[in-house]
Amino acid sequence: MSNEAVLHTHSDAAVHEVHGDQSHEHHHHETFISKYVFSQDHKMIAKQFLITGMFWAVLGGLMSVLFRLQIGYPDATFPWLEDILGKWAKGGHITPEAYYALVTTHGTVLVFFVLTAGLSGTFANFLIPLQVGARDMASPFLNMLSYWFFFTASVVMLSSIFVETGPFSGGWTAYPPLSALGDASDGSKTGMDLWLVSMALFVVSSLLGGLNYIATILNMRTKGMSMTRLPLTIWALFFTAVLGVLSFPVLFSGFILLIFDRNFGTSFYLSDIFIKGVALPNEGGSAILYQHLFWFLGHPEVYIILLPAMGMVSEILSVNSRKPIFGYMAMIGSLFAIAILAFLVWAHHMFVTGLNPFLGSIFVLLTLLIAVPSAIKVFNWLTTLWRGNVRFTPGMMFAIGFVSLFISGGLTGIWLGNSALDIHLHDTYFVVAHFHIVMGVASMFGMFAGIYHWFPKMYGKYLNNTLGYIHFWVTIAGAYMIFWPMHYEGLAGMPRRYYDYSIWESFKQFTELNRFISTVAMIVFATQLLFLFNFFYSIFKGRKVTVLNPWGANTLEWTTPLRPGHGNWPGEIPEVHRWPYDYGKDGQEFISQTTPVGADESHH
Amino acid sequence: MTMFLTIAVVVLIFVVIFQIAKASEYVSVLKGEDISRKQNNKVNGFLMVAFLVLGLIGVWYCNKLYFGKTLMAQESASVEGARVDSMLWITIAVTGIVFIATQFILFWFAYKYQENDNRKVFYFPHNTNLEIVWTVVPAIVLTVLVVIGLRNWFLFTGEPPKNHMEVEVTGKQFNWIFRYPGKDGAFGKKYYKNIDDATNELGLLWDDQLGHDDVITTTMYLVKNKPVKLIIGSRDVIHDVGLSHFRMKMDAVPGIPTTLWFTPRYTTNEMKEMTKNPNFVYEISCDQMCGNGHYSMRGVIDVVDQEEYDVIMAKQKPKYLTTFPEKDPSKPVDSVKVAAKMAEPATKPIAKL
Repeated sequence: MSNEAVLHTHSDAAVHEVHGDQSHEHHHHETFISKYVFSQDHKMIAKQFLITGMFWAVLGGLMSVLFRLQIGYPDATFPWLEDILGKWAKGGHITPEAYYALVTTHGTVLVFFVLTAGLSGTFANFLIPLQVGARDMASPFLNMLSYWFFFTASVVMLSSIFVETGPFSGGWTAYPPLSALGDASDGSKTGMDLWLVSMALFVVSSLLGGLNYIATILNMRTKGMSMTRLPLTIWALFFTAVLGVLSFPVLFSGFILLIFDRNFGTSFYLSDIFIKGVALPNEGGSAILYQHLFWFLGHPEVYIILLPAMGMVSEILSVNSRKPIFGYMAMIGSLFAIAILAFLVWAHHMFVTGLNPFLGSIFVLLTLLIAVPSAIKVFNWLTTLWRGNVRFTPGMMFAIGFVSLFISGGLTGIWLGNSALDIHLHDTYFVVAHFHIVMGVASMFGMFAGIYHWFPKMYGKYLNNTLGYIHFWVTIAGAYMIFWPMHYEGLAGMPRRYYDYSIWESFKQFTELNRFISTVAMIVFATQLLFLFNFFYSIFKGRKVTVLNPWGANTLEWTTPLRPGHGNWPGEIPEVHRWPYDYGKDGQEFISQTTPVGADESHH
Repeated sequence: MTMFLTIAVVVLIFVVIFQIAKASEYVSVLKGEDISRKQNNKVNGFLMVAFLVLGLIGVWYCNKLYFGKTLMAQESASVEGARVDSMLWITIAVTGIVFIATQFILFWFAYKYQENDNRKVFYFPHNTNLEIVWTVVPAIVLTVLVVIGLRNWFLFTGEPPKNHMEVEVTGKQFNWIFRYPGKDGAFGKKYYKNIDDATNELGLLWDDQLGHDDVITTTMYLVKNKPVKLIIGSRDVIHDVGLSHFRMKMDAVPGIPTTLWFTPRYTTNEMKEMTKNPNFVYEISCDQMCGNGHYSMRGVIDVVDQEEYDVIMAKQKPKYLTTFPEKDPSKPVDSVKVAAKMAEPATKPIAKL
């Protein structure tokens, strides 16, 4: 049909482009700069995103270790802290200013730089062209810009840590008036300006990347690769990109208004404020308006973080169970439902802001509706394991860990999404436990699963398995030991973002537990360093990959050479004849997507 | 010194782990990758079940240690909060069953279906009936939870009973100011540009007679079994009135007043007995990040019975009289001075009236 025709013309175009590309490659020697720095090869850009993301993960993780020191050991002094942080840790004791700056930067960095750029930046770049069968992204140049905007955003964010008044310290959500008024907090001075500039650059990076991903998936699939033959990774990355493209501009508009309020005397968010002995002239603004604009991105952002992990986990579970993913169409349908609902639930973050109760009730309904597609996904993953032949590669372990964490964290979402319970649990440690498990750790697990699984394709080497297993078991046990007890603190009403609980009669009973959590957090952090070491050591000295398809997978990336160059396939791009999940069909262990359908093959 | 020692120990542990990992990789190459993969598979398959069992024991142990320290172990101090508690229990039951069942299935399947040369994989790409079942069943269960939740939500956010009292709560960096309407039962008007930290922390407009009997306190006094409606605002940034014992919470937003109502059902003294904690006190915690002193923004609520409340309130002097002592009927009046004082606030803008 016409759809086929479109596909054909596009793949033809791609083939032509390729020939041009290849002759290009033969004539020009690639310099260090064009190959490793300003590279337009999607695989190199993916690695750039990954390694920058890892840098931020280490820094963001280290920040959490530092502020957990304060919560876990509020009475102890650590002289070495003063050596590192100077006036921010006078006498070896983190000051409240530094504590809040650390908490805020930890949140911002982990949510945006690690789990957005580091996760979908890495895997969308790496997997989309390889799995749809394309030479590169639709626009390699914009793709390169996407990385460099992210890099610039990183530099600006990093610089904000070194300004005299400190980095922004009003929480990663940056609610005005706190974030709008330098008089309300030192962190809201220069630090906040830099935070806003950095985030604006980051939005540009996300948009450039997202548009590219969408264009590539829709237009550059190889011959025979219909939308329903795409691996679930690609479907997930597609919905992720759509979410980002539609919601980041709204966040950006919120930031623009905030910049105006901060610098040009407007009153979008400000009204009736008396601060530092002065009544401000601003009247008629609404501080809640910012929250609507922020969460209109903020909630889809949760799924921008989670969907790529879901997609990769679906793929990895199927490959390593040697069995098709159960309910492929239901998986796509539930991704679609989640993507739609992601836009319709933002106000569940605002149940206690004085929101109109009727509006609140609609958001309760839509929020709890998300549990349905989420449940479908979980049951489908479980059924994928059922009667399979499971190989516990480190990637598979992290995929199983993801499912476990997604269940644990997803179920507490049912508590918090119900406004009458949220009115009690909002902004307590229950929320901290919930989103760290379901969004933070689960997505990190998705990311680790992806790294372990595709590392052989990225670098032509294997990661060390033993280190991988140690990494997995310590991290999953540690993550549960850190975040599970936090639910109990939340059920005691213990508020989040407190520097010290000792003056509170209601919340001071968890001293020992806080110490335990902080200690485990340090161990888990150290274990991540072990992974980091494994990663860089294996790039150079890891066991070499000698077979094209080490996991016995069906998807196209495993049909490329061991170390694919720019353009991915030396000859023509392979044609696709079937969906990517023919594992264990008709007694065959796996059937690659490039294998034509046999005459006597069974139909399902 | 201990610092370097710690680092040295950590590095040493790293090196040991790394050497073991490297050695095991060499061994696996020597033994043949297939054999070593199968060995790894057995070990990890066993660990999956071990993790499930130890994890569930951990869940039980954590509950044993900490349940008593949560509010679940205490009765809600408000009538409405009791509904939150019962809803919590229903939600725990539902999600708890699903949690145990799915985690069990996940780790059990991982163990049971670990690689085995004799097993023929079941090619099972989809099954419409199964998928319908696990779409419809969660949808029905969730509908029940939504109905329970929304009934409570509309009660909490609806109008308080007619016999309620009102207290105004104003947040500022980093404490709370409480205002009572006084005998006339109505609050006087205020305007933020009239705020003066020394004499008029809420910016009350003295032209408004209704405000002349308004009382400002630093502790919130509430009456047992009498519904109270809080009228919540902020002077600077967003705060949040967190009332964990009453299971309630509402943001304090500058420029946009919010409300919250509940019915305290135990006095502070009764709670001291019930919790067996002689230091028990109802605390207001700020639950919305509001600056560097956020963690110390503490308010105190004293719930008493009606007689005691009347005694306490009789002792409070209206703000108007403490600001203008000469207006106090119990004191001699200098009429000229008062006239001058009265004229002063009138010159300030009163656009917000």
